[in-house]
Amino acid sequence: MRKNTLPLSTRVLRFVLPPMIFFLLFLGGWDLAVKWFEIPAYLLPGPKPVFQSAVANGRVLALASLLTAAAAAAGFLVSVVIGLIVAFLFSQSAWIQRAGYPYAMFFQTVPVVAIAPLIVIWFGSDFRSIVITSAIVGLFPIITTGTAGLTNLDRNMVELFDLNNASRWQKLWKLRFPNSIPYLVAGAKTSSGLSVVGAIIGEFFAGFGQQRYGLGYLIFQANAALKTDLMVAATIASTLLGLLIFGVVGLAGHLALRRWHHSAH
Amino acid sequence: MTGLTVADSSKMEDSYLVADGVSLEFASGVRALEGFNLTIRTGDFLSIVGPSGCGKSTFLRLVAGLLKPTSGTVTGGGVDGFAARKRERRIAFVFQQPTLLPWRTVERNVCLPLELRGGWNRQTRGKVAEVLELVGLSEFARAYPHELSGGMQMRASLARALVTDPDLLLLDEPFAALDDITRQRLNSELLSLWERVRFTALFVTHNVGEAVYLSHRVAVMSARPGRLVADHAIPFTFPRQAEIRSTPDFAALVGRVATSLGEASQ
Repeated sequence: MRKNTLPLSTRVLRFVLPPMIFFLLFLGGWDLAVKWFEIPAYLLPGPKPVFQSAVANGRVLALASLLTAAAAAAGFLVSVVIGLIVAFLFSQSAWIQRAGYPYAMFFQTVPVVAIAPLIVIWFGSDFRSIVITSAIVGLFPIITTGTAGLTNLDRNMVELFDLNNASRWQKLWKLRFPNSIPYLVAGAKTSSGLSVVGAIIGEFFAGFGQQRYGLGYLIFQANAALKTDLMVAATIASTLLGLLIFGVVGLAGHLALRRWHHSAH
Repeated sequence: MTGLTVADSSKMEDSYLVADGVSLEFASGVRALEGFNLTIRTGDFLSIVGPSGCGKSTFLRLVAGLLKPTSGTVTGGGVDGFAARKRERRIAFVFQQPTLLPWRTVERNVCLPLELRGGWNRQTRGKVAEVLELVGLSEFARAYPHELSGGMQMRASLARALVTDPDLLLLDEPFAALDDITRQRLNSELLSLWERVRFTALFVTHNVGEAVYLSHRVAVMSARPGRLVADHAIPFTFPRQAEIRSTPDFAALVGRVATSLGEASQ
């Protein structure tokens, strides 16, 4: 067991400092490039006007981020629940898996941009449609990792359970489910980042003409109005939102696994 | 001293397990065993050595009822259709890897067989503590497997096997992955466990020294399809001291078993 003796603040710094430095270098490079090549602001504003725009539209950006965050989180949860159910069905019989897998692939290969308008037609131009597009994008990683975790069992462990007359349910509760957790944590991390992408795509098509809207609609609107600074600010906000959701899911996974699994060390 | 054990020794009253003409052909067409005969007396420590892939492990799995023979029978434990009747069998299996569930503490790993068999209650809690004491892991009851060394993981695996009070303990090269010093220490510990608990032991290994040190008898198997080609009685009395490993008699026996193993591998 590797004990980390460094104080928590030092450990956090070690992970936070390098990306911070990189970010500052990036901002500097961006600023220099805009000035050097005299790029017009409608193409790419420098970091300063983007920041000023973010401050000026702070309330709008915050509300949009909150709404997108809620839609992405809900979409993520829906994809986890449905993904787990499908993975469970797949793990119960090779026949079901063979029959269903090509259709599960649909969620991976379908262009979300193409079906998002359909979803809006079917489910209305509101929060529900955004959650659905978000869930579709996040579903596949949960199905594949969940199925793998429920079926990739150590042969000797299965024999151990068989030798002790374990029932099908005992094998499921005491072997398959716990075995699938590290797989699912990996799948959930991928899915959590994708859920923000899905929500923003959904918002491109839903949420028009409403009082409340998310980052996707904000980007769309700013684009139409040639407010490139606000567009870039909203894009950065959606990236940060993705990172935040990824971080929360990653932390939850770490806490779930830290006692027993090597990947947590 | 190399007499083949024949099937009619099944009439011997103290035989615990009799394999009679056991053959196994996998669906892939690989013949793992052919006409394999072996008798184990109650309370004996019997080792099987043989070239890699000769079907030693397959035989253990047949005895455990995890596989069914294509022809021939495995009977024993006073139960007809030994392999088929899971409820009455009192068999435990120790795998080559410790095979501990990484999400359970040592204690919860050890109680798993009791849990699965539905015998989990306050009395069995005492049983778990008892076997952990027996293998010297009492202090590590609450540790997770990844916190233990390889040798300690294997001890936990032994404790889990012993918790059901097995009549027959099947060991499939349990110490093969360990370094030599740990292996020798665990050999001695296994012997002293066996002397205290007196289960019947069927031990598969490819380490001849280990087989001779532990066993009443060492059976030698041929290359696949596996047959019994030699059966060496090991005359040392129990309890055995670790020092016998450096005696000339011991070396001579190891040499003899190694020779028949060499012949069997050709």
